[in-house]
Amino acid sequence: MGALLVLLAVVAVLAVWVVGMYNALVNLRNRCENAWSQVDVQLKRRYDLIPNLVETVKGYAKHEREVFEKVTQARTAAINAGTVKDQGLAENQLAGALKTLFAVAEAYPDLKANQNFLMLQEELAGTEGKIAYARQFYNDTVMKFNQRQQVFPSSVIAGMFHFQTREYFELEEAAAKEPVKVQF
Amino acid sequence: MYEQIARNKRRSALIFLFFLLMIFALAYAFGALTGMGTGGLVFAALIAGGLSFLSYWKSDSVVLAISRAKPATKEEYPHLVNVVEGLAIAAGIPAPRCYVIDDTAPNAFATGRDPAHAVICVTTGLLQKMNRAELEGVVAHEMSHIRNFDIRVMTLAVVMVGIIALLSDWIMRSLWGGGRRRSGGRGKGGDIGAVLVVVGIFFAIFGPLIAQLLRMAVSRRREYLADASAALLTRYPPGLASALRKIADDREPLEAANKATAHLYIVNPLKDLKGAVNKLFSTHPPIEERIAALEKM
Repeated sequence: MGALLVLLAVVAVLAVWVVGMYNALVNLRNRCENAWSQVDVQLKRRYDLIPNLVETVKGYAKHEREVFEKVTQARTAAINAGTVKDQGLAENQLAGALKTLFAVAEAYPDLKANQNFLMLQEELAGTEGKIAYARQFYNDTVMKFNQRQQVFPSSVIAGMFHFQTREYFELEEAAAKEPVKVQF
Repeated sequence: MYEQIARNKRRSALIFLFFLLMIFALAYAFGALTGMGTGGLVFAALIAGGLSFLSYWKSDSVVLAISRAKPATKEEYPHLVNVVEGLAIAAGIPAPRCYVIDDTAPNAFATGRDPAHAVICVTTGLLQKMNRAELEGVVAHEMSHIRNFDIRVMTLAVVMVGIIALLSDWIMRSLWGGGRRRSGGRGKGGDIGAVLVVVGIFFAIFGPLIAQLLRMAVSRRREYLADASAALLTRYPPGLASALRKIADDREPLEAANKATAHLYIVNPLKDLKGAVNKLFSTHPPIEERIAALEKM
């Protein structure tokens, strides 16, 4: 009788422990999802800003058609990208195209003094920063999630319930790791 | 990090309790000295309760009002708001509200009781003199204070130090008045009354001193920790290092800061602290050491 009680107690403690571990893992997985959607929110914000920016620059620099097309194309490609990897590549191209756009703007003093242009520029720089920070936060969260799955004893629970480690967000080019810096 | 947060919460509760007792004793002494008798006890409890409530729930508003800070809108300060929102994402906390102090001396502080009710306040001088990387460094430092619950301890300390100083000032004054009245005739008081008077005098004299010690215990080491976490958030320690240097090189004192709020700021805003004694009593570690620590990262 006494041995049975002890056994029951051990089983109960074990069950509580398993539930706790499992919930912690689910919690971390949800936090990864949430962190990733933060990135999407900021990316969307950037896609929304770009047409406004192009329009404003167009008003001053009509014959730089090539640049506008490149930016618009890169934006469309980035929006339509299916996989994380494709999106990363398209984002790189977009960043490059935007850099050219701002380089072009350098040649137009009137444009540089335009209040709307300055505001869009600040918004874009701010959004670039937020994208970078959202990705950083995503990677930090993924690190915690993956670590939980790999260290003993939570690795046992992770294996039992088929948790999968998540991929980090990585940029291909070293240059793309820098935010688009616009300086006058 | 989590131990740090737990320790900050524990310390906040402790300070809070200490403050409650101190206010109670001060108010009771005040009551005894002004001859209110047992009514003084109720009076003391009311004051202690009211002020504690105020200091926990409203301390951020009190601090902002003392510092003459105004809310910063996105239209007016897009740069600041964007940087704050970005770093809130990096820290994984809700974006704090932004406030601005109209003063050319560059400085910044954070206040509030938890990350969901937090405020970041910067001077217009900071916005003018810092580039983006430097501003991000400063805001990240404040963001770390918010995430670590440093703001709760520090803001509580501001309000409590202020209230205790104010109350002991009152008692000192009424003591002079009371003394004269007593010599005028009704000298009964009794033993208990005499003890209370002694306790009252003790608190009146040592109150500000205790408050001062309390404040110092609260703030120095956490500046290093916030610098380190800021570097982790921005992944760019030189930004904060260069911002600290710029703020330190600026010799202009910040008018909106006073002795009670000085320890909130990223760099001591009073600027007139020199010599060994002041170093002992200073609320901030030396700026050169902070910069050196950042450069080693």
